[in-house]
Amino acid sequence: MFKQTLAVTAINLKSIPQRPGMSAATVLSIALVVGVLLGFLAMANGFRATVQGTGADDIAVVMRAGSQAELNSNLMREDERLIAEAPGIARDADGEPIVSAELYVVTDGMRSASQTPANLPLRGVGPRAPELRDGFTITQGRMFEPGAAELLVGENVLAEYEGFALGEPIRLGSNTWTVVGVFSTGGTVFDSELWTDAPVVQSLYQRGNSFQSVRLRLASPEAIEETRAYLDAEPRLNVDVQSERAFFASQAGGTVTLIEYVGWPLAILMAIGALAGAWNTMYSSVDARVREIATLRALGFSGFSAFLGTMVESLLLALLGGIIGAVVTWLLFDGLTASTLGSSFTQIVFAFAVTPGAMIAGVILALIVGLLGGLIPAMRAARVPLLSVHGG
Amino acid sequence: MTANALYELSNLSKRYTRGREEITIFSDLDMAIPHGDFIAIMGPSGSGKTTLLNLLGGIDAPSSGEVRFEGARIDNLSQAKLSKWRAANAGFIFQFYNLMPTLTAAQNVELPLLLTKLSGKERRKRIATALEIVGIADRAGHRPRQLSGGQQQRVAIARAIVADPKVLLADEPTGDLDRASADETLKTLQLLNSEMGKTIVMVTHDPAAAKYAKRELHLDKGRFVEKEALA
Repeated sequence: MFKQTLAVTAINLKSIPQRPGMSAATVLSIALVVGVLLGFLAMANGFRATVQGTGADDIAVVMRAGSQAELNSNLMREDERLIAEAPGIARDADGEPIVSAELYVVTDGMRSASQTPANLPLRGVGPRAPELRDGFTITQGRMFEPGAAELLVGENVLAEYEGFALGEPIRLGSNTWTVVGVFSTGGTVFDSELWTDAPVVQSLYQRGNSFQSVRLRLASPEAIEETRAYLDAEPRLNVDVQSERAFFASQAGGTVTLIEYVGWPLAILMAIGALAGAWNTMYSSVDARVREIATLRALGFSGFSAFLGTMVESLLLALLGGIIGAVVTWLLFDGLTASTLGSSFTQIVFAFAVTPGAMIAGVILALIVGLLGGLIPAMRAARVPLLSVHGG
Repeated sequence: MTANALYELSNLSKRYTRGREEITIFSDLDMAIPHGDFIAIMGPSGSGKTTLLNLLGGIDAPSSGEVRFEGARIDNLSQAKLSKWRAANAGFIFQFYNLMPTLTAAQNVELPLLLTKLSGKERRKRIATALEIVGIADRAGHRPRQLSGGQQQRVAIARAIVADPKVLLADEPTGDLDRASADETLKTLQLLNSEMGKTIVMVTHDPAAAKYAKRELHLDKGRFVEKEALA
């Protein structure tokens, strides 16, 4: 049986050059399917890796219980006071807890390159906010004055949006602000934000006395358990606390899921298209060789060897397509940087990661296309009427 | 059973259904083919010559009746058993040669041997012998498109004899050849019959080809007709 199958497969493979267009189209369509799938998986993997690598373990973010993002959260001044009393929070030389109550609104900015409007986060922060961002430095100008309509602008905002030059007034909605300084946190998501004094945002945006999050500097990463236990037990509070790293990971989770939910169905839809192509190619292959197959059967070859020979041809074409798709995607996309909006409208820059696991998944998808695409034509090959041996 | 009979056909009928119409190719045909015979089956188009050859070769099944080969029925074998039977007993020669275009002459001849347990060395020896017998050993490495029609048919004959089958079934083996090539092919078949004892059943519409056979059978309207009756 092995010799029979090998002979039939060799005959099939040697006949591929007789159908160069169709065979190449099948290989390329399968390569495209794998490329699209790997592109999405690389995006998801890269985004996940970047966001999971962001954030500190000794900074905690407190939001109203059940809030998925800062925009959904709502805390009052009284809540901030109660939260600041929790154990496990780092204190300064004067014994004051290092916390920052913050609120967050979305304003309009104009992208310099594309001249298109885009959402810009305006964060109202407390005076200790810089202590709660590792690597925070003011690179130009100065800190805003409490109570003044002054803006501290993240480096990315300065680079990508127009009208934020230092010392210039800028109108956001119905309010006019003055840019007094530029800050950097070393490339984190905060570099894409505008900062000002929290009470100013509360006043100009009619937020009363409310905040959306409270950031804490923990005494140690392990201290979060102590803090959480206290906050959970405090009957006047209804909040969730998580480390900044966990916070960013949860923010990324939705985006990763979204990318994967788009990527896999799209790849599968395209795979169905490629399947039709593979099917067509293999049918043509069988059709072109009906007399050859019937002759082999007349010589005594089994129908099963005709089936296997066709399957092997289909699988090899698919494997070739899968490998081409995986390698080309790896060459084009691995390490490519891109940015996307996070769940709180924060822009996150990440690198595509074409992992070996994703490449294997792509090749397996290609083989499934080859398997399903070859199945019916292979069954047809096995059932070629022996009388076709006389076909002129 | 007739003594020394390779084939015995009894009450053999073949009918096709086309729409609601049933077409009888032949019915209640009886015939015996002894070992070492060389028969030319002749007859007009549609007389059932090729159908009969298909039944002898186990590539078609009769509507009724029996086909016995060395006393054993082959008309009721499963497809898998028929494949094995063909590989062991029958060599086919077709009008259009039916060679694999992507394989060399030697690789084409090797195909039936791939169904045996012969070693690679033994297969190569047999291929060389078969090509030698049909006089085309010097073209072993050529692909079919590099060969003339007559040469391709010789390769096909080498493929038919390489596994040493008991019967050669030839369907219009010279139908696509010029006279000179046809004569060469027929002489080869004659030689295989006279020198190597191969039983040959050849379907042809060419009276000149039929003369190379030991006997002629004329099939007309589903019945064998004596040659004298045709005169």
